[in-house]
Amino acid sequence: MDERMAGHTVRSYAEELNRLRDAIARMGGLAERQVAEATQALIQRDSELAAEVVRRDAALDALEREIEEFCIRLLALRQPMGQDLRLIVAALKVSHNLERIGDYASNVAKRSIVVASLPPLGSLNGFQRMARLVQENLQGAIDALVRGDAARAGEVWAADEPVDEIYNGIFREMLTHMMEDPRTITAATHLLFMAKNLERIGDHATNIAETVHYAVRGDTLPEDRPKADASAYAVVRPQDRPAG
Amino acid sequence: MAGIVMHQAGGAARAQAHSAAERPPVRISIRHLDFYYGTNRALKGISLDLPDRQVTGMIGPSGCGKSTLLRVLNRMYSLYPGQRAEGEVVMDGRNILAPDVDLNELRARIGMVFQKPTPFPMTIQENIAFGVRLHERLGKAEMEERVEWALTRAALWDEVKDRLHSSALGLSGGQQQRLCIARTIAVRPEVILLDEPTSALDPISTLKIEELIDELKQDFTIAIVTHNMQQAARCADQVAFFYLGELVEVAPAAQLFTAPRHPRTQAYITGRFG
Repeated sequence: MDERMAGHTVRSYAEELNRLRDAIARMGGLAERQVAEATQALIQRDSELAAEVVRRDAALDALEREIEEFCIRLLALRQPMGQDLRLIVAALKVSHNLERIGDYASNVAKRSIVVASLPPLGSLNGFQRMARLVQENLQGAIDALVRGDAARAGEVWAADEPVDEIYNGIFREMLTHMMEDPRTITAATHLLFMAKNLERIGDHATNIAETVHYAVRGDTLPEDRPKADASAYAVVRPQDRPAG
Repeated sequence: MAGIVMHQAGGAARAQAHSAAERPPVRISIRHLDFYYGTNRALKGISLDLPDRQVTGMIGPSGCGKSTLLRVLNRMYSLYPGQRAEGEVVMDGRNILAPDVDLNELRARIGMVFQKPTPFPMTIQENIAFGVRLHERLGKAEMEERVEWALTRAALWDEVKDRLHSSALGLSGGQQQRLCIARTIAVRPEVILLDEPTSALDPISTLKIEELIDELKQDFTIAIVTHNMQQAARCADQVAFFYLGELVEVAPAAQLFTAPRHPRTQAYITGRFG
């Protein structure tokens, strides 16, 4: 069934909803680019690119405000119902997720400038793979929203596990570096935060997928999602703790 | 999540709280109802329950049968030859469509308020007392008490208590409509049918009627036909969507207006119709 169905009786309303979809697509595209270039800045030790990513974060913030104002306007003036209401609420939530993603990307870029000033620390393959997966998920989630494709949203939702696994690998690797040579602590700590940022970006992509699923289908995905982030237990597992 | 209960959604929240385990009892049960204007079948196999002391909103495009359904519920159609209903409308175990039903008694139990306020050209007091006298013999003091009770329940008493003996035609449109509601509840019905009760009123009068509906459902089972979807969303616990004489979907208001199950409902509530 075509979720968008026939056109709106009020054409200007349909145009506004399309404009909202476009704005989200634009914001999503910009967020993807920020993630891609922040990672590129890290891997290529390109501080100029990193500075540009940091500067460009303001554009994402501005888009979020624009989308929020537009949504409030639509809610007030159109009194949306059904799928339109769900789309507008989804746009509000997704724009917030994208703004957070932008903050994480900007933080990765800032730290990459520090890391670039320190001696290289092992291979950054994990970061590259993680960033690629996260971008794919982000792109998939935004596509799903713009096309009203719940199945695509479901795929993204289920695809966060490998991101968590790579993150766990990086966590262990950085821990090893630091234990072997305390001079690596500064770089390793920054890299750990960067990995965590990428992992959080992946979580936000998953949130977007959940929101999209609701917007399209009107029901929610189950609460339990496949998760593999075990770094919180890398030192102490809850069951290892002495009782009391 | 579970902690968020909006005031307006009180009804909806209550409707949800009555999960499968404790649904409110059914006041009126419509079963396989067909209705004919001559040979034209205006209602097609309608089955719908009106839960006790809840508001059921009926929406749908003009000619969908929603007003016809209201007219069936208090046998208004019996006034017109050539109009007939088949199926059952069960209230307290009795089919109110049966030919031996006392229509005066039925209409005292199932009151109706119309689109345009229809005050009688009498005093405010007499407007209320008139209907009561048809069904009950009350002494002067009792009648005055009843009039005050009805006007108070209809949220009109404070505005008219000093001019009960002036003509009802001097009231504003919104006051007249509340007077009509007072007149309906004065005979203490169990069910109130509202057919577009605010379509002739300004927004503030409309909100007063909606507030009143919220109050009245503590005591009465209410069915409201409205073209205004936002009104159905604001007032109703459950909403039924009709199209071409068929009941397409009935669901709690919050569900029907956020995530309706039927594509046709979806198209209607979002304004993508035909």
